[in-house]
Amino acid sequence: MENEKLFVSASPHFRSAKTTRGIMLDVIIALVPALIASGVIFGLRALVITALSVCCCVFFEWSFRKFILKKSNTVGDLSAVITGILLAFNLPSGIPYWMVIIGDLFAIVVVKQLFGGIGQNFVNPAIGGRIFMLLSFSGAMTSWTEPHTGFMNLAGADALTGATPLVSEDILPSVGDMFMGIRGGCLGETCIFALIIGGIYLLVRRVISPAIPLSFICTVAAVMGIYTAVKGEGAEFVIYQLLSGGLFLGAIFMATDYSTSPISTKGKIIFGIGCGLITCVIRLFGSLPEGVSYSIILMNILTPLIERITTPKPFGTPKKEKKAKEAQA
Amino acid sequence: MAENKSLGKEFSKGIIKENPVLRLVLGTCPTLAVSVSVTNSIGMGIAATLVLVCSNVVISALRKVIPSKIRIPAYIVVIASFVTIVQMLVKAFVPALNDALGVYLPLIVVNCIILGRAEAFAGKNSIPASFLDGLGMGIGFTFALIVMATIREIIGAGTFLEGIDSLTKLFGVTGFTGFHILSQPVAMLTMAPGGFLVFGLVMAAANKLAERSGKPKAELGGCSACPMAASCAILNKGESCEAPAEKAQESKEGSAV
Repeated sequence: MENEKLFVSASPHFRSAKTTRGIMLDVIIALVPALIASGVIFGLRALVITALSVCCCVFFEWSFRKFILKKSNTVGDLSAVITGILLAFNLPSGIPYWMVIIGDLFAIVVVKQLFGGIGQNFVNPAIGGRIFMLLSFSGAMTSWTEPHTGFMNLAGADALTGATPLVSEDILPSVGDMFMGIRGGCLGETCIFALIIGGIYLLVRRVISPAIPLSFICTVAAVMGIYTAVKGEGAEFVIYQLLSGGLFLGAIFMATDYSTSPISTKGKIIFGIGCGLITCVIRLFGSLPEGVSYSIILMNILTPLIERITTPKPFGTPKKEKKAKEAQA
Repeated sequence: MAENKSLGKEFSKGIIKENPVLRLVLGTCPTLAVSVSVTNSIGMGIAATLVLVCSNVVISALRKVIPSKIRIPAYIVVIASFVTIVQMLVKAFVPALNDALGVYLPLIVVNCIILGRAEAFAGKNSIPASFLDGLGMGIGFTFALIVMATIREIIGAGTFLEGIDSLTKLFGVTGFTGFHILSQPVAMLTMAPGGFLVFGLVMAAANKLAERSGKPKAELGGCSACPMAASCAILNKGESCEAPAEKAQESKEGSAV
């Protein structure tokens, strides 16, 4: 007996092959179609902005942890790369380069590292960075570049600017163009087709669960449907509301961030419905044209409370009514 | 213990070690509201320092006359009188500052720093010590405001010392209306979230500085970690903060038995 190898160790005894790095790599792969689409639609400048944003995020993460926090290096988990891509996807392609750097600095240093790094951030860093930039540089952040203004247009200053369909309803692109992303808007949000491909990849790889994206998008569709029925507008309104703005980008890639969304499926559905409702309220009644980022950041902050009410009951414990009865007896 | 040395300490402690805003975390509301512009901060700092010094001296002089049961209303009456005087002076001589500070000028009455110093210091110490304590705390408040406002104004509004001529006019200097530094400022720093952000960062820096000089961190770590530990009445009696409540409970239980 003594010679046999019997190890006694603490749980967990079964380990998943999934690593943070592997999951993040899957998300990056899922973002590639949208990245290609943004390059095709908005030209080389879109790719340069994304590359710059990724480099800055990785650099800030590395240097802040090394020189100021003096903690272990977490660049290898690739989460900073995703923050960089997602933040770039939330910017118009004509944005000055230095603004991108400031947005990255805010996203990585203030939102992520000052709160403890990966897994500790209280809101999604990319959305935090986007909202910081939206509040600080509202002019540059809302002048959308028209698609196809020349592939090599790196200066960005001469690009024509047009309104996103959410702002102006005079010059609506066709539904097909909307689906393929041939419209003004942020880099990564326009091509719904590419975003859906990425989303399906993530679902197949089981990186994200469908609960948040589906409940988010369905809530927006339902509320917009009710609004259309009451106002008597055409059914097209619902489709345009779904395809415009950052709804798909937000629902698939940003609302599903692990550390800022609930764990249980019930909690995820509440989270998604909340995001959808806030988005609709801001789009229909607010003074801002787009509400996806604000809705996600608000629900991020509510996540601890959602977790508290959706904590599953441990197996074998009595129900609440029973406990109350026992207490009476 | 040399008297002079301790008096000097009463003055210097308010500037970094026990800075009212950054270390004691008092007077946060005017700090966040006013630190958008350096000019407003200087004005607010001077006004609050005047009120603080005067009220500290008067309260210290009256400390044996004021009954301890109604000391807070008595302090407020003294403070409010000085705030009214300062407000009238500002209205008469620097009307632009009065407009810029708005409601925050009369709100000095309920500024925690002033009431806090009256309660924690002036009510128990001699007039010279209270005078120096008030002056040091006032300068500390002004210093914290100016540091925050410098960051917020330069980065958030792209200017520095904008509108300073409303203050320099008093000394006969006109024409200088501040620098223009950035053409494309980061506007969020002038908004409320930016204020909290800068406040947190400056506070972290002050903690670091105070830590280097051997003072414990201003954190939730019980009474000993509190920067006011030296002047705290409860600690000086050799009891911890929780002790009085526990004692009260014990005595109740004792009487029940």
